[in-house]
Amino acid sequence: MAHTSSGKAPAREAGAEVMSGGPPPAKTPGGRFSFNLRESGIYIAFAAIIVLFSILTDGGLLSPQNISNIMVQNSYILILAIGMILIIIAGHIDLSVGSVVAVSGAVSAVLMVDMGMPWPPALLITLLVGALIGAWQGYWIAYFGIPAFIVTLAGMLIFRALTLTVLGNQGIGPFPDEVRTLANGFLPGFLGNVGLGPLGGADLVTLIIGLSIVAGIVVTQWRARQARLGYRQQVDALPLFALKMVVAAAVVLTVIVQLARFKNLPWVLVLLAALVLGYTLLTTRTVFGRHIYAIGGNLHAASLSGIKVKSVTFWLFVNMGVLSAVAGIIFAGRLNQAGPTAGNSFELDAIAAAFIGGAAVQGGVGKVVGAITGGLIMAVINNGMSLIGAPSEQVMLFKGLVLLVAVAFDVWAKRRAGAGG
Amino acid sequence: MDGMTDHILQMRGITKTFPGVKALQDVNLAVRRGEIHAICGENGAGKSTLMKVLSGVYPHGSYDGEIVFEGEPCRFSGIRDSERRGIVIIHQELALSPYLSIAENIFLGNERTRRGLIDWNRTNAEAGALLERVGLRENPVTRAMDIGVGKQQLVEIAKALSKQVRLLILDEPTAALNDEDSAHLLGLLRELRDEGITSVIISHKLNEIKAIADSTTIIRDGRTIETLDMAGGEVSEDRIISGMVGRDLEHRFPPHESTVGEEVLRIEDWTVHSPAQPERAVVSGANLTLRRGEIVGLAGLMGAGRTELAMSVFGRSYGVGISGRIYKDGKEIHLRSVSEAIDHKIAYATEDRKRYGLNLIQDIQRNVSAAALGKLSKGGWIDGNEEYKVADGFRADMNIKAPSVLAVTGKLSGGNQQKVVLSKWIFTDPDVLILDEPTRGIDVGAKYEIYTIINQLADQGRAVLVISSELPELLGLCDRIYAMSAGRITGEVPRADATPERLMQFMTKEKE
Repeated sequence: MAHTSSGKAPAREAGAEVMSGGPPPAKTPGGRFSFNLRESGIYIAFAAIIVLFSILTDGGLLSPQNISNIMVQNSYILILAIGMILIIIAGHIDLSVGSVVAVSGAVSAVLMVDMGMPWPPALLITLLVGALIGAWQGYWIAYFGIPAFIVTLAGMLIFRALTLTVLGNQGIGPFPDEVRTLANGFLPGFLGNVGLGPLGGADLVTLIIGLSIVAGIVVTQWRARQARLGYRQQVDALPLFALKMVVAAAVVLTVIVQLARFKNLPWVLVLLAALVLGYTLLTTRTVFGRHIYAIGGNLHAASLSGIKVKSVTFWLFVNMGVLSAVAGIIFAGRLNQAGPTAGNSFELDAIAAAFIGGAAVQGGVGKVVGAITGGLIMAVINNGMSLIGAPSEQVMLFKGLVLLVAVAFDVWAKRRAGAGG
Repeated sequence: MDGMTDHILQMRGITKTFPGVKALQDVNLAVRRGEIHAICGENGAGKSTLMKVLSGVYPHGSYDGEIVFEGEPCRFSGIRDSERRGIVIIHQELALSPYLSIAENIFLGNERTRRGLIDWNRTNAEAGALLERVGLRENPVTRAMDIGVGKQQLVEIAKALSKQVRLLILDEPTAALNDEDSAHLLGLLRELRDEGITSVIISHKLNEIKAIADSTTIIRDGRTIETLDMAGGEVSEDRIISGMVGRDLEHRFPPHESTVGEEVLRIEDWTVHSPAQPERAVVSGANLTLRRGEIVGLAGLMGAGRTELAMSVFGRSYGVGISGRIYKDGKEIHLRSVSEAIDHKIAYATEDRKRYGLNLIQDIQRNVSAAALGKLSKGGWIDGNEEYKVADGFRADMNIKAPSVLAVTGKLSGGNQQKVVLSKWIFTDPDVLILDEPTRGIDVGAKYEIYTIINQLADQGRAVLVISSELPELLGLCDRIYAMSAGRITGEVPRADATPERLMQFMTKEKE
């Protein structure tokens, strides 16, 4: 009775490709579709906001220089959002990242400017300082058992105080050229420009990179699809798969072509892309990533499944510290000065990005790409509204409402789906 | 039914559906004025769902059918709505606020005020009067957390009385109470009946039902089976049981012959202290042996220390000041963490799968793999396709009813959730499986499947320790049964000699 081995192919959703016989699956009422809506709502909203501001700015939003600006100006928030989403998935929060950004910028300035240290060891030491700060906070949270909210609220004050101490209450600069290039500069055009007809000249290296990205996406997705088919799993039907690939290619190529027409790829964008790729793999494909979701989804069940909850939590905060140091270096390099007010309220932007990007307040849910999208939504709002000359109070108002609506939508979609019964 | 009978409540044709599950199907319930009406049924039969429909937890419109209370059709939009009409439900999990006083709890949401401010004199005086009515001698300003569960139950009833209750619904009111508190509570229900308050009581304890109920409605698999008139005492407990299970007790358990092999786990002189009160031993000097291919039961009343024993052995996941020895295959081992216990091929499936067993927001696949990701990964990288294959294999073997292994576990029924938990632990390939209340809250059919799985695990040469509060389950399933009382193992009975009476004697044995 218990062991009615069906031996049939696994059930599939409607619209999926059917490979072999077997009865169609019973679709859970109100289930799969609304859950997908919950996940994809953010991307639809992002597209809508881009369209809205493109119209309002007569296409100025998508001009080559502006796309480049949006990326460069928001890179440090996006880097912070990557670390933040991991922490939020695990059910914690980090309020100290703005202060850690400031203190790591200050440390790097003292090392390079005051002490004249060459930039490679200086940056390495700065990253280590970030890791130590993360370890300090991770210890209190994971091993001592103080809620992250409290520990990082204390950290927000402590590391701001350290910033002021290190800087002696004044800005330190200027930074070496290499650091400024990392924060502000562009890849050199190794192969020169090519003509793109009416679009004018564009950097060839950038275009080649763009085409390789597209090729990479299509090949890996196709391989993954074939492997899943080999395991008789449900996959997207071929036309839907093709459509997704075409959309992805169009988006990537639009951005790349625009960047190529401007100055080339910004270095920070290369760094950011590497981080997004790396952390996406970490969250989706590794044991460590799986443990983050398990802890956030049900702490008790995770620890009773043998997951080393304390260790995972500790390393998450170490990771956040390192990423904060990366953001701190880039921010200081961009301003060409480490200042006492650097990073003010960055934690709020990073947290907002994570929640707009679909993280759940209770933890256990979220994606790196979601947090990046959330961060970009805020970036586009900032940028688009300043292009149309909106005053800053309106920008704040709009961003606040977007955050509220995004989370309200998430709560509503979850309730509708009845997840967690 | 006699048309002349005075019914305070009639529920007709109630049907309630959850995604994928029909919890109630055309259920009818008629309660006479001034009676104590018992509702019986196996776990998961739909009793609590029916009471939630009645009290407005599931509002009008979320179910089909009709409710007539005091002759008027009712369409409750929420619990306050039903309380206004005098229907008060006391849930199994008590809903008192621990840091508030008894009096504050009684009038919570219904405060005694004067010109917008709390009138403390009136609050405490009225609370005192209510406490007297329910026979509770406590100061109304005592914090709720400082009194025992039995007394908290009485506070709940006092709270109901403060709302001018006409129909009192109690969901398993004596489940957590000792005999003395239970007797007091049942006596109180009789007194309230004589004062004209009708009660509906959900209970598993058939002796209680026989002692107190005027009529009994039996629900099975979301349908009303029958309503028995208990007057005259002719209805036997066996009569109720056969209505509840719908088959003879003999056929509730799949036939099984164990082939018992070598000793695989031995626990000696095991003592565990409570983390909340480190001086109090919750398990003391326990000795226990498990052999390959053997299904061993662990019986005990609530608070006997069964779960505490199991969890402390399972990598010290419970307790402080733990002492004693564990031998696995004859060699002493030390289990300092859950992962060490898993490495030594010991598994523990919790009694509370929703809180401690499953990640309810994730799919079946990720729950199945959670305790043994190492088997599916190389150098920290998970092989997602292999994971799917493993999970889908369990879905087929265990007959987990879900569209695919990508279904979220929070949406599964209790029986299917339990199968996911079992899959997770079977995938760790344990030699010893400790199953804590493996069939709690799941329906009869799924129970049978779980028993079949347990038998197969034993046939594979694993040792299974089943902790259960249902004696028939232990008697039907186990080769050998230990009984615990107050932290001690008080008896060990082979299947052939085991009777409920004998076990109960050990389970209630006081410290000598």
